Parts: sequence; C-alpha cells; structure tokens
Amino acid sequence: MLKKDVLLGNEAIIKASLASGVSFVSGYPGCPSAEIGDGFAKIAKENNVYVEWSANEKTAIEAAIGASFSGLLSLVNMKSFGINVCSDALLPLTYTGTKGAMVIVVADDPSCWSSAQSEQNSRAYSFLGHFPMLEPCDPQECYDFTKLGFEISEKFNLPVILRVTTRAAHQRAIVEFEDATGKKTAGNFIKNPHQFSTMPPRTLEMHKELLEKIKKLSAYVEKSKANKIVGSKKSKIGIIASGVAFSHTMDALEQLNLDMSILKLGFFYPLPEKLIAKFIKGKTKILIVEELDPYTEKEVASIAKIANPKIKIFGKDVLPEVGELNPELICSALAKITGKKYKKFTVKDLGLAKRTARLCEGCPYWYILPTIKRIAPEGTIFGGDIGCNMMGALPPHSMYDYMFCMGASIGISHGIKKASPNQKVISFMGDGTFFHSGMLGMINAVYNKSNPLMIIMDNRITAMTGHQTNPGMGKTIMGEDTQELQIADIAKACGVKHIKVLDPINIKELEETVKEFLEKDEVSLIVCKRICALLARRMGIKQ
Amino acid sequence: MDKTFNLIINGVGGQGVITLLWLIDKAAFAQGYDVRSSELHGLSQRGGSVEVHLRLGKKINSPLITNGKADLIISLEMMEGLRSISKAGKQTKFLVNEYALPFQGSLSLQEIRAKLDSLGGRLRIVPASFVCKEKLQNEIVSTVYLLGYAVANNLIPIKKESVLEVIKEMPEKYRDLNKNAFNLGFSNGK
Repeated sequence: MLKKDVLLGNEAIIKASLASGVSFVSGYPGCPSAEIGDGFAKIAKENNVYVEWSANEKTAIEAAIGASFSGLLSLVNMKSFGINVCSDALLPLTYTGTKGAMVIVVADDPSCWSSAQSEQNSRAYSFLGHFPMLEPCDPQECYDFTKLGFEISEKFNLPVILRVTTRAAHQRAIVEFEDATGKKTAGNFIKNPHQFSTMPPRTLEMHKELLEKIKKLSAYVEKSKANKIVGSKKSKIGIIASGVAFSHTMDALEQLNLDMSILKLGFFYPLPEKLIAKFIKGKTKILIVEELDPYTEKEVASIAKIANPKIKIFGKDVLPEVGELNPELICSALAKITGKKYKKFTVKDLGLAKRTARLCEGCPYWYILPTIKRIAPEGTIFGGDIGCNMMGALPPHSMYDYMFCMGASIGISHGIKKASPNQKVISFMGDGTFFHSGMLGMINAVYNKSNPLMIIMDNRITAMTGHQTNPGMGKTIMGEDTQELQIADIAKACGVKHIKVLDPINIKELEETVKEFLEKDEVSLIVCKRICALLARRMGIKQ
Repeated sequence: MDKTFNLIINGVGGQGVITLLWLIDKAAFAQGYDVRSSELHGLSQRGGSVEVHLRLGKKINSPLITNGKADLIISLEMMEGLRSISKAGKQTKFLVNEYALPFQGSLSLQEIRAKLDSLGGRLRIVPASFVCKEKLQNEIVSTVYLLGYAVANNLIPIKKESVLEVIKEMPEKYRDLNKNAFNLGFSNGK
C-alpha cells in the first residue's frame, strides 16, 4: 500500500530498502549518512533485518559481500571518505559480481558542512571500478533510486552505488512510498569458487565479463526512466543536470522566467551516451550543471565531437568547481549564457565574529586538550584526528599542527619522529577512530621502533556523528551485550611498553604522565577514559 | 497562497532547530502544501552557528532559499539573528528569541539590540526561552513557543490546529510539554 509522508532523504533510503526486501545492513557512521544505520537499528527487530555498525567501512563492505554471496539482499552505508577505506574490497566485487543484490550508499558533502579532510567527489570511483552509480536529487529519488539500485543489482549481479549529497540526504520533503515490512530470509552459501575467488588467469576473464555486463547495462540505462527530459523541447539552449543541482536549476529557471529543455541524469555511470547525443543534436548551446569536478562535462564534450561538433559547451567556466551549487549561482550562469539580466543579491558584511563549533559543556576533552597544550614543552607538535577531537584545531584550543583522515594522527607522528627525532610529537585520537584504523598506525610505529606519544580520548562512544556504538563499548548497535574491547590490552598485545589508563579529571596525574612519557624511547600511550557529557546526561549518570 | 513561503531558522547547534523544522514540515504537508527543508548535522551542529531552510507552497524545487528571498527568519539566539540581517531582503520579517549564548567575539546585548532595532516594524523580539524556563521549566521548547507566536501573528501560513495534530505524533513523554509551549506562545502572541 502506498503512503505519503514527509521524510528525510536517509529515511527514504530505509523505506526503499525494506520495500526491496533487504535483510543485511552494515556500515560505519558519518555525516551525512549516519541516520541510515541509526534508523535501521530502531526497526530492525520487527522487520527481521540484521544490522551492524562495523569496525570500519572496509569490514562493513566485507560483511555485506559475505551476506551477498550467501544470497541475502544487503545495504551498506557510509560517508564519502568511507569509500576510500573500503575501496580495496570494493574493486574485486565488480569482478566477482554480487549474488544477493547490494546497494552501497556513499554520502558526499560538497561545501564540507560536516567533513574536514577534502571536498571529495566519490563519482570518480565509478571510473575506477565500473560501479553503476545513481544520483538522487531529493528524498523521493532517494526512495526511487534505492529501489532501482536493488533491481539493477539483482538483474546484472553488480553492486550499485547510490551517491547522495548532504542536500539530498539531509533534505526533508514529501515522499510517496510503500510502507513495507521485512520478512525473515535465511542465507545459504553455495560454494562457487569460480565466481567468488579472484585469481589469475580467472581475474582477466572476470574483467572481460565485467565489461560485457557494463555493455548490457548501458543498453538498459539508455531506456531507463531515471534519466528524463523536462521543459520546452523547442529551446536551442539545453541543460544537462544531475543530483540536487537539478532541483536548483529548476528553481533558477523559475526565478529567471525561462523555459528550457533539461536532461536530468539519474545515472552517473554508465551514462546514456545515445540519449545525450540525441539531446544535444540541433542545440546551439548546452550548460552542464554538476557539483564539484566536471566529469559529465568532459563526457558530453567527447560525445559532442561526433553528435554536434559546433555546439558550445558551458560548465565550469560559468559555475564554480569548489563548494556546493545553489539557485543563485545557476541564475548567474544562465544569465551569462542567455544574455538575460540577473542582479545578484549583495550579502552585506557585518563584520561579526564567526561562531565555530566547539566542545560541548562538560565534555571530558576540556580536561585533556588545554592541559596538554599548557604543559607540553615549547615546540611540541600536536596531531589531530577525526571526531570530536577535531575541535582541538578550533579556538580556544587552536593547537593542531596537522590533521588528516581517520586514524592518521599516529601514523603521521611516527613519520615525523623518524624524520626529526629531536622534536616531541603528541597525537590525539578518539576511541572509535582507534578501532576504525588507528590501531594499524600504532602497530606500524611500534614495529618500526618509533616513539611518539599517543593520547586516546576514550569518551566511551562514537560521539560526533550522533552517538553510535563502537567495539570499545560492550554493546552492539542493537543494544545487545558483546565483548568490550580494551584499548590498553590491545596496545599491550601490540607491544606498546608504556601505557597509562586514567580519568582526565585527574589533571595532575595526566600532567605527570605526559611529562614522563614524552621522555620515552618507545611508543607510549595514555588512554583518557571518561564518558561523553551528552551521553552521561542522557543516561542519567551523575558526574 | 500562490507565492512560495521561505523560512530560515537559525541559532546555535543543540538548540533544537531540527525538531522545529520537522514540526513545520509536517504541519505544512497536512495543510496540502508542497514542502522542502534542508538541515545540517554533525560538525556543523556542535555549538556553531546553524542555519536551516524551509520552503512551502504549490510546487517547490530547490530546498535552498536564495539570498534576500526569505519571508521570515526565526532566530533562536540574538547574535545569530543579527548575523542573518546580511542575507535578508526588504520584505523579510524577523522573530528573534531574546536569548544570548555568548562566545569569543560576541557583541554586548545592548549593541545587538541597537543593530536589530534598525529593522523597525519588521522585527519582533520575544523572551521565549525566559518564559519557557519560568512557566514550563524547560528552555529547549522555546522553539515551539516561537512557532506558536508566529502562528498567532500570521507570520507563517501554518494553522494552529495542524501544529497541534503533529505534536500528537511526538513520543508521549514530550507531547504535553510541546503542546503547552506552543499554546503559551500562541496566547502570548495574540
């Protein structure tokens, strides 16, 4: 039965997955994708869906591959950078193909609203691994394209990437959806090493099989309703738009009172080349509206060489390559191309101080960052990581000398110690990040006889993304009890000789330990263990 | 209503912007409007400036409001209200919570007030947090109080009944609190 309601893009993805018969959900929390895993956890039991937060995105995709090979439908969810972490396992997956259908949600964040390390455009992964990729513009398409993704995956035995952006995933709008409930599905792994094992010369055969699949998929994509032409058919100027940039384009046309022919691409890969060729025939100008890199623009330019060599192609010459798009930017671009007048609104500079994100009231990190900044010898290098500890880069702390990706603070500090042994280096990291990928950097530092000081700020949860469970908590995403992994035990087993677990509220103990450990010739570790203040308040724990 | 109605809500991360957005989205939907809103989570939410957009009307395309086109700006904090003047058009009305969360670089309340006063008749400053704390012993529902005030003064094309219906969908333990906050804002606004 169809139902209509206001849904968040991420909620629409959940509804569509249920309607498609998903029974296995794995992922790693990040913004703007975390509501998918969180949302599934709330409804998993009554819908017979297995759901987990995995240790990182690579283990998430590997878990889903196992489920898929056992015949289950799976959904994997992560933010943009997650696809980098899992790419090693992802690339062979298009070679082996899936058995049970699989949709992988990758949530990019143009303008870096909730991201630090880069303004990643994950569309490029389609070129790297031949992943069919769909780009929804709003919550309704989040729903429609998730369903379509499962259908395509089922039909072609390929994993399908649903590439969303913040403005689609975190947009709320009216969605028409089937309010389906899950049914119990048991997996069964039927041995088939011919299909599931990559080993040359079979690998080359698989590569060939993949290209043949993509050829068939391309023919399917040419006819798919996910790519559509809207607006006046007569206009000599055309627009090709994708994702939320399409919605902004429609708004811009309305503001300028223009009626133009628009090809809205639901597929980024494979592109409907014949449809594009047909669309640009007879047009004098074409504007490509896409966020970040001009991938589509380049493809259209190559199609135009044969289909319409005289056409003038506009794209990143009139639209920015940095930052998300909005109706205003597209109005300006359209004005340049059509000669129509458009007066851009001037934003007055009021000279007000910026209010940046900061640690919450009562956050245990307030004991750690200022203390260490104060007592560390002059010139000490501080490395930051991803998570709430990122606030160490912002006022009032402003202390990080470098910041990269999940788990990198320790990895880089080891390199600095090797390059410049006389400088002191302290790396900061949260508990979730340690389990995600920080452990490996620690092992590398121990193995290669380095001596940075690691501070793990263990606030007992993955807090930044909205309080998700991690392997250090003794709880699964479903709230069930599980093994509580001890960071100090892991470090000890990995050969770290100097380990101290303390409550950072004991500032004196923290100070003394930092001073002592900074003199060590081996890797040292301080685990500052104290619960996130928001979590404590929510759980009614008196501090 | 033929014209699209553009609402910006701003404040500081953690003030309950997203619940307010959800409430208005649902009420607009119940009234038969097309509605879209855009929100931010995560890093942008932790104590920093937050700005979310909501648009309702016959047919909405983009979830983002073009600079200068807001009909109403609801500010949950005074400095953030002041900040949004830069993007307001001549028609933009302001409903500002008389509440300050100071930070490094904040202006004094007198300064903020003086600058906001330049808006003249387009500005309403309401002690929502103060009233909610005093009458309901809860500050976070000041968002819903402000909505009640906006509805009572026809600052927003949303009806009292549709908001009260949506509040019924909230978890039981929050229902009465939100209903009371809304009704209080509505009656003080009249």
